[in-house]
Amino acid sequence: MVGVAVWKGKFGVVQAERLLWRAGFGPRPGEAQALAKLGLHGAVHSLTNPGAERFVGPAPHDEKGFPLAPYDAWGHDHLWWLDRMIRTSRPLVERMALIWHDWFATSNDGVGSQRLMLKQNDLFRQKGLGSFHDLLVDVTADPAMLLWLNGGDNSKDSPNENYGREMMELFTLGHGSGYTESDVREQARALTGFRYDWTDDGPANFRYDASYHDKGVKTIFGVNGRFTWRDSCQLCVSHPAHAKFFVEKLWSYFVPVPPDNATQRALRKLYVSSGYGIRPVVEAILRHPAIFDGPRLVKPPVVYTAGLLRRIRRGIDTSDWVWLDAMAGQQLFYPPNVGGWDDTRWLDTATWRGRWWIAQAALDPYALDPEKAGKPDNAKKLVASALGFWHEPPLERPTRHALQTFAHRALGDAAGTDWKKQQYPPMVANALRHLIAVSPELQAA
Amino acid sequence: MSDCVHCDGLSRSRLLHKAFAEAGRGLPAIEPGMPLPAGTGLTRRRFVIGGLGAALAVYGGSQLGLRAFEEGIAAAATGPTAPVFVSVFLEGGADGLSVLSPQGDSLYASLRPTLAFSGGTALTEDDRLFWHPALGGLQQLYSEQKVTVLPAVGYTHPDQSHFTSRHYWEVGATDASLNTGWLGRYLDKTGKKNNPLQGLSLDDTLAPALATASAPVASISTPDDYSFYSNRVWGEVEQRMLEGIGLLGNEHADAGLRAAGKVSTQVDRLRRQLLPFQSYSSPVQYPASDDAFPSRLAGLAAMLGAGLPLHCVSLTAPGSYDTHTDELSALSDGLQLTSDSLLAFQRDLEARGLADRVLVHVWSEFGRRAQENGDSGTDHGAAGTGFLIGSRVTGTMVSEFPGLKTGLDPDGNLVETADFRGVYAALLEQWFGVDAATVIPNASSFTRPTLIA
Repeated sequence: MVGVAVWKGKFGVVQAERLLWRAGFGPRPGEAQALAKLGLHGAVHSLTNPGAERFVGPAPHDEKGFPLAPYDAWGHDHLWWLDRMIRTSRPLVERMALIWHDWFATSNDGVGSQRLMLKQNDLFRQKGLGSFHDLLVDVTADPAMLLWLNGGDNSKDSPNENYGREMMELFTLGHGSGYTESDVREQARALTGFRYDWTDDGPANFRYDASYHDKGVKTIFGVNGRFTWRDSCQLCVSHPAHAKFFVEKLWSYFVPVPPDNATQRALRKLYVSSGYGIRPVVEAILRHPAIFDGPRLVKPPVVYTAGLLRRIRRGIDTSDWVWLDAMAGQQLFYPPNVGGWDDTRWLDTATWRGRWWIAQAALDPYALDPEKAGKPDNAKKLVASALGFWHEPPLERPTRHALQTFAHRALGDAAGTDWKKQQYPPMVANALRHLIAVSPELQAA
Repeated sequence: MSDCVHCDGLSRSRLLHKAFAEAGRGLPAIEPGMPLPAGTGLTRRRFVIGGLGAALAVYGGSQLGLRAFEEGIAAAATGPTAPVFVSVFLEGGADGLSVLSPQGDSLYASLRPTLAFSGGTALTEDDRLFWHPALGGLQQLYSEQKVTVLPAVGYTHPDQSHFTSRHYWEVGATDASLNTGWLGRYLDKTGKKNNPLQGLSLDDTLAPALATASAPVASISTPDDYSFYSNRVWGEVEQRMLEGIGLLGNEHADAGLRAAGKVSTQVDRLRRQLLPFQSYSSPVQYPASDDAFPSRLAGLAAMLGAGLPLHCVSLTAPGSYDTHTDELSALSDGLQLTSDSLLAFQRDLEARGLADRVLVHVWSEFGRRAQENGDSGTDHGAAGTGFLIGSRVTGTMVSEFPGLKTGLDPDGNLVETADFRGVYAALLEQWFGVDAATVIPNASSFTRPTLIA
């Protein structure tokens, strides 16, 4: 068996930083240097086996200084998770949770309970690098999912196809991949039996009730049996079309171009031979040359936001991030539909403007006062200083040239006027920080 | 979960998980077997039409400068008046058996124990079928012979995936690999090289039905405030900084950086060219709503009134139609706002003397299962209900309602008595006056109903 290709080139700070973006939320100052010392294999291992979680940095609070209320206050669910993305010592665990949130996209629009959404979120955190089969089993019985795709309304007397269809079309096989409309109906029958009660506090007592289950014989993928919901999950995962679907979809979250046939085949074998393990496939993808020599990946808006805040070691101290991330196209716990977010369209003229305002919010407290801050009247020095503010992000030549051009022109406007000569350099410094934050290199990594 | 909102805003394009789309190269499907939206990968450029004062996203026509588009629009606006086609999409699979409930069919009540409607107004052409109570607006226009009803429109071998079935309707063929829309192909044949308003999506993104291979088309939404602010940067430095956004679009070797840079170039252009949206007044009252649909229709009528050269237009109707649970409450509001808005639009066009030039087509990707599902909802089905609205429609029902006794397929879904491709072919020939064979694959194999009086 031919294995998955491994990156043989240099693993320095640049490669370590890229790895931290794909497998997390980018480096805090010094983290890329530290990771580079571990070498590729050590670095990937440290991400996929991170040990107990620690939180680094200031505890989150709202603009009034109060702690977050993620179950109760609107938007605090978003802030609560964003805080973990910023402060966690296990960035890949959080990034995997974000992937599963998109893969099994559930919206609180249809669930109506931040508590149940966070319970599902914890499932993604706990099981996100384990067995996909186990994850699917837990997702199928998860209360938020039971509400979202009507699994809790699917009983022997009133079957509801919603979950059964999407579990094949979107979660495990892909549209048109080896299942029929009859399979959809029979899956729905096999999945019957979940129920819950309506209480004053909303839906509660989620449980499996065998008396609600259709105990008859079903025919799924041409096999007959008295299948239950657990069999449904097993049948999907062991379906011949599943492994290809799984590795291609998982790959797409890390690499913006599809895997070649050999890579796809090798990943498939790795996945099946490991007993549907997620971790070995993720490790193989993170070591693959396509991560390091392929094109850059546009960061999802929350990754962009968390990354900016990590770079300047700022914690959650305002709830503005909720609407700002929504403006950029991604409010956590509210994906647009069961298919998740469209990762092909993060950037357009509207969402780019959202990112401008995110950068503005990130920079706002640090803005230099033009009347007080003395700054050198020198474009080169101002650019260097602004790059230092962001802890030396790796910018390419065209962007450096753009920054230099801007600074040169703006300082030129001050010629001959004393107050401008004093006040323009700090303003240029503020503007340079902002332009760096929205540069292509900080949007895609 | 009181109503099934999970497919609200369904968009197949959102199912694709790739980091960026490189202009002109399209994207591979990540969900195997799932078709790409027509038009994926088309280059898009933003600019402002002077007379309209609004931001346009222009797709295709990349060899032309912005001035050429403005000149093209101006030239087309002074030319002979072309027919206008407006596509209104009910997203999610609208339940045709509730839109027009077959109360006169003896099986209806037993198939729909909790969802069956009782009473109301029957169609004059088929007294088995009754208007949904929220559709008073359409019913009024029907009584004026301004609505043609399609009681069972669909296609053979129906696909019950939202994403795939919708794609078929968008491209005008049951072909997952076709990547131009049916209206887009029509515009490629007959459109102007420099008039992006000929195919206009009144939405945040381009409707796939309008995706062309080469002719420019556009999307426009009410342009919001498009401001950029940076704390403690003002005056000349702020102006330089905003120009700097354009400088960030410098060419990069890496495809991901290039894609991000391209957007900052577009942002720069849009910011420079965006002007305040010119206010307009409507001769009729549109429904008040938070949803953009009535105001988009009002804006559309105003644009037509201003002589802008629109030809094919696309909108998404308000409401959620993927009614797996609690259908009675889920369906009503969307249908009401859609119907009331379309009535106002027709009256607006009549008041402006434009009604003879405009035809509206209302469609959904499929109908729903005849037997309700036990959650007071319905699952995905096959043939559904469609409407053509306008002063020049025949007002004669297209084919017939097949009945619930013999008109269901083995899966319990309504069979089609009219094929959507035949409807498209008829529209191309009778409304646009072109040979349908040049737009719809195998057009000659479909029966074409008489749609235009």
